[in-house]
Amino acid sequence: MISSHLPVLQVILPLIAAPLCVILRQGTLSWLLTTLVCFMSLAISSCLYDQVMTEGVISYALGGWLSPWGIEYRLDKLTVFMLLIVNGVAAIVLLGARSSIPNEISSDRLYLFYTAFLLNLTGLLGVIVTGDAFNLFVFIEIASLSSYAMISIGRDRRCLYAAFKYLIFGTIGASFILISVGLLYAVTGTLNMNDIFQRLPDVENTRTLTTALVFFVVGVGIKAAIFPLHLWLPDAYSYSPSIVSTFLAGTTTKVFIYVLIRFIFSIFGYDTAINGGTFNNLLMMFACAGILYGSYLAIKQDSLKRLLAYSSIAQLGYMLLGISLATEAGLAAGLIHVFNHAIIKVALFLSVVTIIFYCKTDSIIQLAGLAKKLPLLTSAFLVSGLSLIGVPMTAGFISKWYLIKASLQSGYWGLVVVIVFSSVLAIIYIWKFIEASYFKSSEKELVALNEDQKTPCLLLFSLALFVIANIYFGLDSSFNVELANAIANDLFRK
Amino acid sequence: MMTDQLLIILALCIPTVAAILIAVTHNNVNLRETGTLLSSVCLIFVVYNLLQIVLAGDQPQLFLLKFLPGLAIHFKIEPLGMLFACIASFLWLINSIYSIGYMRGNNEKHQTRFYICFAVAIASTIGIAFSANLITLFIFYEALTLSTYPLVTHKGSEDAMRAGRAYLGILLSTSICFFLPAIIWTSVLAGNTEFTSGGILDNEMNHCVIFILLMLFSYGIGKAALMPMHRWLPAAMVAPTPVSALLHAVAVVKAGVFSIVKIVTYIFSPALLAEVVDFNLLLYLAGVTIIVASIIALQADNLKRRLAYSTISQLSYVILATALLAPISIMGAALHILAHAFGKITLFFAAGSIYTATKKTAVSELDGIGKVMPWTMGAFAIASLSMIGVPPTAGFLSKWYILQGAFSVESWFAITVIIISTLLNAGYFLPIVYAAFFKKPSDGKKLDYHEAPFAMVFALTVTSILTIVLFLFPEIPLQLVKMLVGNMI
Repeated sequence: MISSHLPVLQVILPLIAAPLCVILRQGTLSWLLTTLVCFMSLAISSCLYDQVMTEGVISYALGGWLSPWGIEYRLDKLTVFMLLIVNGVAAIVLLGARSSIPNEISSDRLYLFYTAFLLNLTGLLGVIVTGDAFNLFVFIEIASLSSYAMISIGRDRRCLYAAFKYLIFGTIGASFILISVGLLYAVTGTLNMNDIFQRLPDVENTRTLTTALVFFVVGVGIKAAIFPLHLWLPDAYSYSPSIVSTFLAGTTTKVFIYVLIRFIFSIFGYDTAINGGTFNNLLMMFACAGILYGSYLAIKQDSLKRLLAYSSIAQLGYMLLGISLATEAGLAAGLIHVFNHAIIKVALFLSVVTIIFYCKTDSIIQLAGLAKKLPLLTSAFLVSGLSLIGVPMTAGFISKWYLIKASLQSGYWGLVVVIVFSSVLAIIYIWKFIEASYFKSSEKELVALNEDQKTPCLLLFSLALFVIANIYFGLDSSFNVELANAIANDLFRK
Repeated sequence: MMTDQLLIILALCIPTVAAILIAVTHNNVNLRETGTLLSSVCLIFVVYNLLQIVLAGDQPQLFLLKFLPGLAIHFKIEPLGMLFACIASFLWLINSIYSIGYMRGNNEKHQTRFYICFAVAIASTIGIAFSANLITLFIFYEALTLSTYPLVTHKGSEDAMRAGRAYLGILLSTSICFFLPAIIWTSVLAGNTEFTSGGILDNEMNHCVIFILLMLFSYGIGKAALMPMHRWLPAAMVAPTPVSALLHAVAVVKAGVFSIVKIVTYIFSPALLAEVVDFNLLLYLAGVTIIVASIIALQADNLKRRLAYSTISQLSYVILATALLAPISIMGAALHILAHAFGKITLFFAAGSIYTATKKTAVSELDGIGKVMPWTMGAFAIASLSMIGVPPTAGFLSKWYILQGAFSVESWFAITVIIISTLLNAGYFLPIVYAAFFKKPSDGKKLDYHEAPFAMVFALTVTSILTIVLFLFPEIPLQLVKMLVGNMI
């Protein structure tokens, strides 16, 4: 009975829990509730994964209204893949938040943070499961508004400016998506994604459709921080409370990459969107530019969070590159990187969270000699950093391998050069921190450690989980690689 | 069969366990050193047992784990890898003895880190030697780069850090920019990356692609120091001398040329390359590197710098011999890896022992030093002869095969290069020997130095004697290299 309603539970559960947090008005209890909800949500998505893998696509009519009139939730393999990523990251990051968040947010606002977190999760999950274009916009707004709140909730005053910047950009992006959805409605008379897909061939090659596509791509480009529409991202990541950056880095931008894939394949239809070649060539250009730009600027940063933020822009370029190859292998490579980058970036951000927890700073210069005091923590950063670079036997290597292979199969030699060159840049910016923490030992630069801090067990636990995941998925990548291949296969057959 | 696999596992584990033991016993210096020595003896024993199996014609294998469809960590011991493993394991013992003398004699800091990284580097080297496919080779190749970085920057000074950055920067970026794409390209073309005798690429493929692949591999393996990718080697000279010895003779550069020989024989196969490649660019690049590096060595006054450029030129001998693509010259290439290992380690040991005893680093300061350090300079003289290729030293043997190969394919370029570079070799080594034994100290004072600590003198004497022994009794290495080219003829 209940198993047939799982799709809606996935979204409703965090939505119900959010106001409960406000009623509780207390940090620890809110945390308990939120963590509980996140783990239940993770359990639901695993059940959904099982269902989709055994029974195929699930179509759920919200409130019993059948699909052209009511809102349809539509779950295929891509949906459950994204659900697993978002829920996995949310649950484990939240576990670690217990130790670090009281340091960065004043205690009377803690319950508000958890409320915003739950709303954000609702929004992201809703975006993923919905099969209705307008509903998707609504969920995008829920996710965006709550993330502005989460960013601005910290003690650091600069986060207000970062949140405001994100708000302006994000609103423009969401409006563009709305305009695109409106145009699609104008030409097809429906909002259901599947219906739009069926009816689009009738209006093929109309100017309205092209306009809709352009508005959509620009809108989603802003939201996903695709170069050159990424300007909000570095500030948002570096000034927000560090656990918020961790969560955003692991989920938000990836969900918008998902929206891009979903619109290209399930709404515009692959041929309409890609066929001319102009579209994917443009995407490819921006992807390459983003990869090089992000990696280059990452080298110049002193703040670890900002460094990781620029590196995220580059890594988003990799995902986009995979999609822009317009082949099954390319799309699979992009999806594999969506998964792997989630675990890599979250592991890196979590180690930065822990570093900030102990040292109250994330400036590389001030962290010189850290490895002597916190050897395990720096080695956790090292392992995840190696994974980001793409050293064999780590998750990052698997992504690089499939990306390069897909580029070679399509005959784009230039892309291989871009990928390997940016890997070299990644070595440089990861090495900056490694060299400072391991090999710099001039006495006066040594970090001041907060000795009175209690060991953040939960934080270290979630960090350890992600570091282990980096190695595990580097050694045995059958789960994500096979799933990504299956998804790419499904989407291209459609 | 089980025992073969156990031996492979042991060969990989012993240095790794040694690293852990060294870390655990860091408080008790003598215990720590005993751990290093004991593990190197154990490793030699294991490698010796494997050698018997390989000499009997077997090629033991071990699948460790499969981390991508069609890609696995897979070890297989073929003759060339066996030869390399023998060199590495034996020289680890000698180098450890020498290091103990050197590190204590110079009161170096961070000795525990030094021995740990050393052991890890040896483990990576064994992994490279036994790798059965490109991806395994690549993994251990990178591990070797990373584990030797702390050794290069051992002093921790600004100079050392800069050198370390050059070292890491060049080796990692070449491997990621050229080597990795070449591996992936190979796997796209051939469907796998296993080392197979007869090669996995075939004539059907685009000839131009094969040529580009060959160049990607040659430059991607930055450890082979083919010009202009050689800069890391002189930069790494700031490291303590045992590290230079490890870099030049045992592990790093040898891993480079070893990989090139292995890739040419087992991925391309010489027959394919001879057929497909019209213009043998690799041969000319190696030739130019030999001559240019020798000329720079001739001008260098710092002894270690001179030795470094000599290494660059000697490495290109191996590449040149491989690029000749004649079976007999490939035998020469494999033998040259062996001969150069023993010769160059002796030279570095001698340089380190001169530094420990006298704190001298310049060639021009060595006048008359042979009188006070007869053992050191004697060994230096023998090793120099081996570098030049004079009998009765191992260097003669390998040069003989390389020249024979050059004549068999009538490559006049290679023959000219070898002759000129022999003259240059003599030009930059013999004056040192002459000055040490026959010149008087320039300021006329009597030198009041003594030999270096016993452990150091012992180590360099052993390696210099082995240089001669290898000339007199080359049966085992010869048998191995014959097995290597066996299926080619």
